[in-house]
Amino acid sequence: MTLLDPAKAGSAPGPKSGPMSGPKTGAVLASADTPPLPVRSDDLAERLLRLAIPALMLGLLVVVWAWYVAAYQVPHYILPSPARVAQSLVNDWPILSAALLVTLKITFMALGLALIGGVGLAILMTQSRWVELAIYPYAVILQVTPIVAIAPLILIYAPTTQTALLICAFIVAFFPVLSNTTQGLKSTDHNLLNLFEMYGASRWQTLRYLKLPAALPYFLAGLKIAGGLALIAAVVAEFAAGSAGAQSGLAYRLLESQFRLNIPRLFAALLLLSLTGVVIFALTSAISHLLLRRWHESAIRREN
Amino acid sequence: MSAVPEASRPAAAGPVMASSRPLVRLSGVSKTFSNGTIALKDMTLDVGQGEFISLLGPSGCGKSTALRIIAGLGETSSGSLDWPTSEHNAVGQPEPEISFVFQEPTLMPWATVFENVWLPLRLKGASRKAADEPVMEALSMVGLDQFRDAYPRELSGGMKMRVSIARALVTRPKLLLMDEPFAALDEITRFKLNNDLLRLWERFGWTVLFVTHSVYESVYLSSRIVVMAARPGRVVSDLRIDAPYPRDEDFRTSPVYNDYCRQASAALHAAMDARDHL
Repeated sequence: MTLLDPAKAGSAPGPKSGPMSGPKTGAVLASADTPPLPVRSDDLAERLLRLAIPALMLGLLVVVWAWYVAAYQVPHYILPSPARVAQSLVNDWPILSAALLVTLKITFMALGLALIGGVGLAILMTQSRWVELAIYPYAVILQVTPIVAIAPLILIYAPTTQTALLICAFIVAFFPVLSNTTQGLKSTDHNLLNLFEMYGASRWQTLRYLKLPAALPYFLAGLKIAGGLALIAAVVAEFAAGSAGAQSGLAYRLLESQFRLNIPRLFAALLLLSLTGVVIFALTSAISHLLLRRWHESAIRREN
Repeated sequence: MSAVPEASRPAAAGPVMASSRPLVRLSGVSKTFSNGTIALKDMTLDVGQGEFISLLGPSGCGKSTALRIIAGLGETSSGSLDWPTSEHNAVGQPEPEISFVFQEPTLMPWATVFENVWLPLRLKGASRKAADEPVMEALSMVGLDQFRDAYPRELSGGMKMRVSIARALVTRPKLLLMDEPFAALDEITRFKLNNDLLRLWERFGWTVLFVTHSVYESVYLSSRIVVMAARPGRVVSDLRIDAPYPRDEDFRTSPVYNDYCRQASAALHAAMDARDHL
């Protein structure tokens, strides 16, 4: 038994499906001695370009903005110059950073709860048809009802404003996790399910070794959506709920700045919110890439 | 799960031919699906120990259904399935040592080659360390011990099928059930895997039940061909291939091989005509 295919691992990435694998094997045999993954000399250049172009674009935008404000003498309560926004960011940092912390706390707590609740409920629903029939319709109703419409009610029932904000953000972030994970758990390959059954796998083993890994790409897609939504919901809920004092988040500071015509601070708060969104997106994308890079088509670059 | 190599058994002389007690006995097995399709009607078959039996027939003749019933995937509608030589568990159910190879490699894409082969042992509670020896042995049987850390997507179609076979072998089954395992492969790879499978079978002396729709493949591999007809799926003839093992590429071009191919082909055509007369 030494006759192994002389193809090197990694020399034949790409779609793996059945009917194509025949001719593909032949092609692999022919190109036996090619290195696994050709190293591209333009890889570094391309990576630099991918960073440089957006940075250049940003610089250009800031310059045009500064020039416009200066040239047309736009009053700072209409449109502040970039310098004024930066100044506000520095001067108001104690207030803004405290608000940012509050918003971050609500966002990540909501996201965490949504992950636990969404995955947990998805597992329950796929293990028992009864649970699915009893719960899924209400999860949908909760999702399709606009959160701003439920917020006043939640405010009445929640003990504190913070709890109300958390509940709002949770409701919004929860659904994509639940529906994606459920879809993933149900998409397990039937042949693999048969295989597990034949080897006498228990329900728990089937869940742990087969269904959960199979659902991972779906779950991660849900996580990416939920991360963005949790922040949006935390902001929207604060708009609806309002809050005051030390417990205010960025959304409240934003409204407050608008009322007081402190537009530079409004811009600074907005900037922080955008940055937070970008960071959450980058984080969830990185997690997804790390977990899928070795095996899932979505995380692998096509070589051709 | 013993990790003792079975190579010590007197294997060079070739497979052990059917002994008096079959490994598995199907008596009048029928299977009707819920939509009324009769997939299998009154199938009776003794699978002797050490035999290499091909189930040959057109699509819809119930050959895969028969294999699945033997594998314990799905109940029979009537008839019985006996394991005269297998051990029985506490509640009197037979616990045959079987493994199944599907038409698709059916590997877990998120797991490495090692982890995929480890699976059957892992489900029985073997740790990675305890499974290391049997898994590596199974991988070297199929010539893939260098690829233990590769992921399935990094392998060619033939190599994926080898991993699938290694996974079936790692439990040291007495009966290997193969459902058109090489149908999706190109001819060069298929011939190679045919030879490798034969050599392993000669060496370890297990029993193989091999579903195929290729006359040539079945004659090349089998000690016995069971020809089946469709609608309803049933056995129509039972052909013994008395050519000696080991068989190699010379056998593929020999007159004996041609002769058996002609016989099997005729039996298959008769099976297909039989359907038309119904």
